[in-house]
Amino acid sequence: MKYTEEHEWLRVEDDVVVVGITSHASEQLGDVVFVELPDVGTEVTKDDDVVVIESVKAASDILAPIDGEIVEVNEALADEPGKVNEDPEGDAWFFKIKASDPGQMDDYMDEAAYKKFIG
Amino acid sequence: MSDLKTTPLRDLHVELGGKMVPFAGYEMPVQFPLGVMKEHLHTRTRAGLFDVSHMGQVIVFHNDGYRSAALAMESLVPVNLVVLGENRQRYGFFTNEQGGIEDDLMIANRGDHMFVVVNAACKEADVALMRDGLEGCSVDEIDDRALLALQGPSAESVLSGLVPDVAAMKFMDVGMFSSDFGELWISRSGYTGEDGYEISVENEQAVALARALLAHDDVEPIGLGARDSLRLEGGLCLYGNDIDSKTSPVEAALTWAIQKARRKGGEREGGFPGADRILDELENGAARTRVGLRPEGRAPMRDGTALYAEAEGGGSVGHVTSGAYGPTIEAPMSMGYVTSDLAAVGTQLFGEVRGKRQPVTVAAMPFTPANFKR
Repeated sequence: MKYTEEHEWLRVEDDVVVVGITSHASEQLGDVVFVELPDVGTEVTKDDDVVVIESVKAASDILAPIDGEIVEVNEALADEPGKVNEDPEGDAWFFKIKASDPGQMDDYMDEAAYKKFIG
Repeated sequence: MSDLKTTPLRDLHVELGGKMVPFAGYEMPVQFPLGVMKEHLHTRTRAGLFDVSHMGQVIVFHNDGYRSAALAMESLVPVNLVVLGENRQRYGFFTNEQGGIEDDLMIANRGDHMFVVVNAACKEADVALMRDGLEGCSVDEIDDRALLALQGPSAESVLSGLVPDVAAMKFMDVGMFSSDFGELWISRSGYTGEDGYEISVENEQAVALARALLAHDDVEPIGLGARDSLRLEGGLCLYGNDIDSKTSPVEAALTWAIQKARRKGGEREGGFPGADRILDELENGAARTRVGLRPEGRAPMRDGTALYAEAEGGGSVGHVTSGAYGPTIEAPMSMGYVTSDLAAVGTQLFGEVRGKRQPVTVAAMPFTPANFKR
């Protein structure tokens, strides 16, 4: 598992990367009430806004952590956005991305470094 | 947060796990460990305890009694205060010369004087306005009392366990009650759309009273986050968002608060700031109107969202002033201003969210039925 400074977790499954947000991020957001997912097949560049999350507090974006193609999205979140609070590091993944430059993953933190990052 | 003011309950909020934020110059809890959504639902189904001590409590006194204070206040507020019965309160607002709203407030007849509760962010200006504008009256801001709100269907059973006589109060009744927590000034009112009470208590007794209320299984502490979603579901305006110095009471659809006696042809017609515009709009309507809005889909339309009559093209016909997800209605909800020809319930409009126009329908407010004890 890798982590970004934007509080995303990245799990490598063969040649795709599964992306979600950390428990820490989910707690900070508060109750999530709306999730807008990208279309499957979208080509994205690192740092593009790809997901919109609305919580009871505010709207925030999830950025593409790497370049690649969105190959699957978690449609269940559109109907049950509250899953992002219930199981952010499990069932509530957002999208899977097929990396066009797997080397970009090397930039991200491991769990120990992320824990230190959030203090 | 060192330059922020605090209420007597500040340390209790921290002890209860409140997440403290700056609000109107005060350090206030935005949420407790329950979280905004559950705090909201708890208030609708049982009871929530809110600290509203940041609001201004003001006593207006005239040597000749309440009626004289009421007549003086009517020069600032377009409400019939003279007929207000003893131990009753009314909603009102200060208007300005342009017919806008300077603040909204609660005004109570307490026999030999008037008691007023105003918004935190406006209280200094309001006190100055009253000192300047209320002829023959003394205006005293009360700083030795906290203000708690206990809201929700269990509020009566909980509070009457400590102060039995409050059970007999009706919506908008006020009274003074002796209790184990000193003299309490209680009104049966609030700002959530639920039955409940607002309780003014001496600063030294505030924590003890709050703990006694929280000791009840039905009561949870509630932060500003849920207070906002509750009042929005209740169709109630937030000063600074939904009404301000540029919105008139007619635009704001608050005409119900302006009784006949103050309108054209009434016994005490006009005589408040901005009366020309407001009386004219009462007869002929205003160019824009505050409405409720129900977005299609799940995405909230937040304040500032531009509204359009068409899915493409055309100029903006208004904007959202408050928007959030409604935990009770399980859907997003907003309020905002639209040109009055588009204000009918059921009118289809479009709100621009992240560059895309999304359908939204003009809807009746409150979004949840009010649950007052009339």
